[in-house]
Formats: sequence, structure tokens, C-alpha cells
Amino acid sequence: MGLKTPFYDSHVKANAKIVDFGGWDMPLHYGSQLEEHHIVRQDAGMFDVSHMTVVEVKGAEAKPYLRYLLANDVEKLQESGKALYSGMLNHEGGVIDDLIVYFIDSSNYRVVVNASTREKDLAWMAEQASNFEVSVTENTDFAMLAVQGPNAIEKTNSVLSKAQQEAVAGIGVFFAADSEGYFIARTGYTGEDGYEIMVPADQAGEFWNKLVDAGVRPCGLGARDTLRLEAGMNLYGNEMDETVSPLEANMGWTITWTPEDRDFIGKSALLSQKEVGIKNKLVGLVLQGKGVIRSHMKVIAEGVGEGETTSGTMSPTLKQSIGIARVPKATGETVMVEIRKKLVPAKVVKATFVRMGKALV
Amino acid sequence: MSNVPSDLKYISSHEWVREEDDGTVTIGITDHAQELLGDVVYVELPDVDSEVALEDEIAVVESVKAASDIYAPLSGTIIAVNEDLEDAPETVNSSPYDDGWMFKMQPSEPSELEGLLDAESYQNEIED
Repeated sequence: MGLKTPFYDSHVKANAKIVDFGGWDMPLHYGSQLEEHHIVRQDAGMFDVSHMTVVEVKGAEAKPYLRYLLANDVEKLQESGKALYSGMLNHEGGVIDDLIVYFIDSSNYRVVVNASTREKDLAWMAEQASNFEVSVTENTDFAMLAVQGPNAIEKTNSVLSKAQQEAVAGIGVFFAADSEGYFIARTGYTGEDGYEIMVPADQAGEFWNKLVDAGVRPCGLGARDTLRLEAGMNLYGNEMDETVSPLEANMGWTITWTPEDRDFIGKSALLSQKEVGIKNKLVGLVLQGKGVIRSHMKVIAEGVGEGETTSGTMSPTLKQSIGIARVPKATGETVMVEIRKKLVPAKVVKATFVRMGKALV
Repeated sequence: MSNVPSDLKYISSHEWVREEDDGTVTIGITDHAQELLGDVVYVELPDVDSEVALEDEIAVVESVKAASDIYAPLSGTIIAVNEDLEDAPETVNSSPYDDGWMFKMQPSEPSELEGLLDAESYQNEIED
């Protein structure tokens, strides 16, 4: 028996296939993972993401603390509700976790980190907080639901209260609105438009039912993974971990180098990596032959060297196998992937395969 | 509860075998197997006319989750494969015993048929 989110009973009622995910009993699918995938690309689906960890960072030095803790710079956040994606690095420049930080005001930030990294994240954040006038506290009051798809916003808005509807009206991408106990953010992990919503835990079941009645279909972790892979979004533990530099994990854009007088954890390690030269890059692969790319398959770039896939699947949207791989920097336009002892050619592309329902490769 | 038709034979790795009137056999994977796999996204079938031996890995079923090998339940020659699965691998989920069949064989060692499980024995195995 694992940990249960406030939506657990709703999953069981919806005939979910429940699996263990990092100690949590979570829905893998509710019948067909493929159908759920297509629903998010074409209409609106919802995912229980309550297992993710919400951390409140508060205090007079909340901003300088986060500017030191994170590779991206929270100084960029000037408007209340604005969100920022960042890596949290160790001193060696490896990725402890990737996260989203929401700016409430300069002494009040809300951070959402991964479920699988909860304990080490909290320990690391507490350790780094000792030199700052700041409190770092896990918030377990919420259930969290991601509603995603071209019709997600419209369908979700139809079940919100009048005040909440006004709060989210015209909300920009990567912004959140706080209204009547709900924290509604226009973020996601599918490559589609939608919300990620924190709901008071005791209202979880009721909110779920309203969304079902509005035509939002429950979707499981299986579809969540194929959707994020098509969108080319990193999964912690697959594309990056504590031994991987963000500069070799398509996370260069999340590192803010200026102003130069800002120090952040991992900065000096990243600077020396740049000086020595970055060896690898993370790319997308589109398989040209038969088979399915999975993680940890060998990738051969002829005349250049070898790499490895970090994720792979049969893309339900493209009907072709796609993958993400870490390969030598000089890798060209084609590689061979070793799939079950056979070498199958693959095209090297930017790791963004599908966005807003459209194929990009 | 998985469907286990009583007129078929089975092996423990979840393949079913149907003995046809002309002495050939048709092979696929069971309802229980397709449930375990989840949505099937790709099926790699053996070459027609290839000779296979009992328990050879001769085909692959890839689902949204993982790849699974399909084993030869008998020795013999592959005489046909279900080419429809190339464009519609999901047929393995929707119709595992009929439209989702995988290949047909001409057995070379008919005595091996006696080593197959009947429906009751297979049912017992998957209930364990």
C-alpha cells in the first residue's frame, strides 16, 4: 500500500489501473493510454499531479536565497503570479532537480518540485537556507490537477466560480492566479495549453467530478509520459540527474549568466565545463526503420562516437518511434540506434516533436 | 477476468495455439497478455518460410510500456503472418484471439502439441 493522493477514490471509481510511482499509488491509465494521449492533443484531459511537492519559501531574504539556490534568476520575476522554470544544481554542476518557482512577492515564493526527489530536495533546500533569513516549508494542504489540451482552459473555466473566472481571465502563459483558495497556473507538461491547479485537498473529489461533467477525461501517468516526450520536455531521472550537466541536457536556456556578480550554486563548475568544452548534446531522434526506441539504447554516430537514448516511445501523434538521446556534440543529421541487437537508422532533430497539436518533425 | 477460450492450447509465456483442420496451427497472444502489455504499438513478425524451433524468440510485441518477445510454441515452418498488424497493431488488444492473430505454422514435430497447456491449466497459471 502506497501513499494516496486526495484524488485516489476518484481514480478507483474511474477504473484506473493503479501502479506504484515513487511510493505513491497513481493511475497508469483508465483503460487506454493511447486514447488518453489523443484526448489531450485534441480536446481536454486531466492528470492527478498531487504527488508533486509544494514548497513555500518565505522571509526577508527569500529572493537572495533563491537567486543563490537556482541556476535561473528569480530577479526576472517582477509581476505577482509569474512563474520561472529552473534547475537546482549541486556544487559540481549536476542537476538535483528541475522545478517551477512562482513569484508572489519578493519575500514569498512558491516552488513545485518533483515527487521522486522530494526528500533530497527538501534536505538540500533546508541546508542552503541556513545562511539566509528565510523559511522553507513543505505545503501539504493542496491536491494538484493538470488540465491539458486545446479545450482545457475553456472547460475548466466553466466549472470555476465567478471570482476565479475573473482572476484567470486573460492570464498569460507561465502565470498563476490565486483565488478563493485555488492556485491556478497556466503551465503544463504536455505541449498543449492548459492549467495546473492547486485545489484545497478537501475539495479535490468535488472539483474532479465537476471537470468530468464538463467533459474533461481522466488521463494517467502513461499518457503523461508520451505527451511530455512528444513535447520534448525533460523527465528528471531520464534526461538529467545529479551526474548530468544542464549544458548537456538542453537546459542551457535556464541558466542565467548575467548579472555576472550573481553567484549561484554550480556556477563555477558550469563555467569550467564551458572552458574545457561541452562534450555532449541532447537531441531528438525520429526512427527511420522499424522498431521502438526505449531509454538506454546505444546510439552510434558514424565517425564521431557513441551516445545513449534517455527516453523513447512510439509517438501516438506521429505514428513513428521517437526518442531523446545524449550524443557527442559533433553528431550530424543521422545516427544508428541499436534496437534489440539490430542497427536502425534515425534522423537527428531538435527534441521538440509535437506542440499545440502540430507535428514539428 | 481474462478470456481463455476452451478450444485453444496455450504456453506459459502467454501465447495461444489453434489447431486448424488442415494440420497447420495459428498463433497469437492471450487476452491476459494483451491486458498486461497495455496498448500495443508495434508488432515485429517472423519471415514467411523461416524454420523455427520450439521456444525460439521469433516475434516482438511492443506496447506503450515495453517490448516483449514472442516464443515459438512448436517447431516448424512459418507459413503466413498477419500483415494487417503492421498498420493496426492495436488489433492485438481489441481482438487477441481472432483478428489479432500473429502467424501460422506448419508444425514439424506434431508430438510437441502434447506439451501445450489446455485452457484450464493456463487459467490456473495466470490466476497464481
